[in-house]
Amino acid sequence: MTMAATLPVTAPVVTARKGGPLRAVSSFLYRRSTLYLLLLLTPPLLWFGVVYLGSLLALLSQSFYTFDDFTMGVTPDFTLANYKALFTDAANYDIVLRTLGMAACVSIASAILAFPIAYYMARYATGWRKGFFYVAVMLPMWASYIVKVYSWTVILAKGGIVYWMIGKLGLTHALEAVLALPVVGGNSLSTSNLGRFLVFTYIWLPFMILPIQASIERIPANLLQASADLGARPQQTFRTVILPLAIPGVVAGSIFTFSLTLGDFIIPQLVGPSGLFIGTMVYTMQGSIGNIPMAAAFTVVPVVIIGVYLAIAKRLGAFDAL
Amino acid sequence: MHSEQKPSLLLKLAAWGGLVFLHFPIFVVVLYAFNTEESAFSFPLQGFTLHWFADAFGRQDMLSAVWLSVKVATMATILAMVLGTLAAGALYRKDFFGKESITLMLILPIALPGIITGIALLSAIKMANLDPNFWTIAIGHATFCVVIVYNNVIARFRRTSFSLIEASMDLGADGWQTFRYVVLPQIATALLAGAILAFALSFDEIIVTTFTAGQERTLPIWLLNQLGRPRDVPITNVVAMMIMLMTAIPIFGAWYLTRGTENTAGASK
Repeated sequence: MTMAATLPVTAPVVTARKGGPLRAVSSFLYRRSTLYLLLLLTPPLLWFGVVYLGSLLALLSQSFYTFDDFTMGVTPDFTLANYKALFTDAANYDIVLRTLGMAACVSIASAILAFPIAYYMARYATGWRKGFFYVAVMLPMWASYIVKVYSWTVILAKGGIVYWMIGKLGLTHALEAVLALPVVGGNSLSTSNLGRFLVFTYIWLPFMILPIQASIERIPANLLQASADLGARPQQTFRTVILPLAIPGVVAGSIFTFSLTLGDFIIPQLVGPSGLFIGTMVYTMQGSIGNIPMAAAFTVVPVVIIGVYLAIAKRLGAFDAL
Repeated sequence: MHSEQKPSLLLKLAAWGGLVFLHFPIFVVVLYAFNTEESAFSFPLQGFTLHWFADAFGRQDMLSAVWLSVKVATMATILAMVLGTLAAGALYRKDFFGKESITLMLILPIALPGIITGIALLSAIKMANLDPNFWTIAIGHATFCVVIVYNNVIARFRRTSFSLIEASMDLGADGWQTFRYVVLPQIATALLAGAILAFALSFDEIIVTTFTAGQERTLPIWLLNQLGRPRDVPITNVVAMMIMLMTAIPIFGAWYLTRGTENTAGASK
């Protein structure tokens, strides 16, 4: 009955048009529902077939084109040189490993930060708090990506907020010690891997919170009652009932954090040390060098990695949590 | 699923602390827009001023970037509304061969990293010998905005009973009348929520746009260019705050329009 309640009370007076070609067409379509379905689907299918799949095919075929180093031009001659370069250049392995390492760290850190928020949202937030938490997670998720990244360059800048806070807390020496570490550190926070990691984690955190929240929300209450009835203490219930059932949500969230980190080329440009990421590599290849064939071949790397990742995620039941 | 127990202090701290962390950079952007300092980010702030707002609005390059972004987002939203609603209308009821592949195809542009969509569109543009322009940006944006509208509308369709449409047809309405007076009122708020989100997504998009824009500058690309100009810091700060508001405020509208339903708009970006 909820349906009827949402209908306008003062329904407009509509006179049925008798006869007419329009009527004939609509009755015909109503009876032939398969044809009707096809008619509905044609525009979106055409759009995606031509614009999207067409582009992906163009990308694939470009990866076999020849790039001339002297003329800096692309010719449509078939070659495997791009893929050969991709697999034989040792620097490329560094780029892939660097990106994968960051993606893994970011996914783990977001899962750790996201879990308590999601858990609290699903189990304890009632009444106004529920809507409040929901909007409070979605607002930073939808707020402009580029502005959020910019904001972090402001926060991490020398003499900026973080340096000021650390100074007030008397931890300047501790920060210097951390920044002196290899891999993690750098000259300053905004040129260190630590800073880049922080920004990545921040930007993708909401994408982790919502799937975990959804998967915890979906746990039937009687499972928890049963667990308590059988004598489990709350912590045992959490460990043996809630946590395993929340794992698909964590995996679903990690698809986003992982895939988004793999493809990003803005954050590695703005925060952190030099050294290319997969995204920046693709970007420089097509941009300043104009070598679209090599850039196209390079995009195969994230596609394959994400493909493997999705296959594993599917086995872990993450798709039901999406 | 709710618990009768009270949350532990640690959990409360972690949850509310997480929210503070999520909003901190937004707060900082707003704060710095009113800062008097011209070329650095020192904290505590030096003073309060509204001066930079006037300066920012005097910048012709910024205004034309805003105008381009608004045009692109409007066009992408309209295209996404049409395509997303058609797809949702076709896919919500019947199971048929290839349905899952179609759903996957709709999601793919947003599931794969933007850089792949971007460079794929660029190679298609190059192969077709086109010059990147307004339309290449808008078409690229529409492609990943479709799924936003689709998700919202199909969720609403699933909650709507098909017998309403049957009743309308039985009572003598033709297809258009049924759509206009029965289907559209049912899906209107979900469609609007999807449109708001699609607009916000397009307005802010930078990764795909970098590849499809050529020499054109949408607002996010303008902002990215600004970051390499230290003397323009105050203006950058002001514009950053405005972009933040343009993209963050719509989420309230989308949430309000679809609240109380199973699939609240905006839960996936």
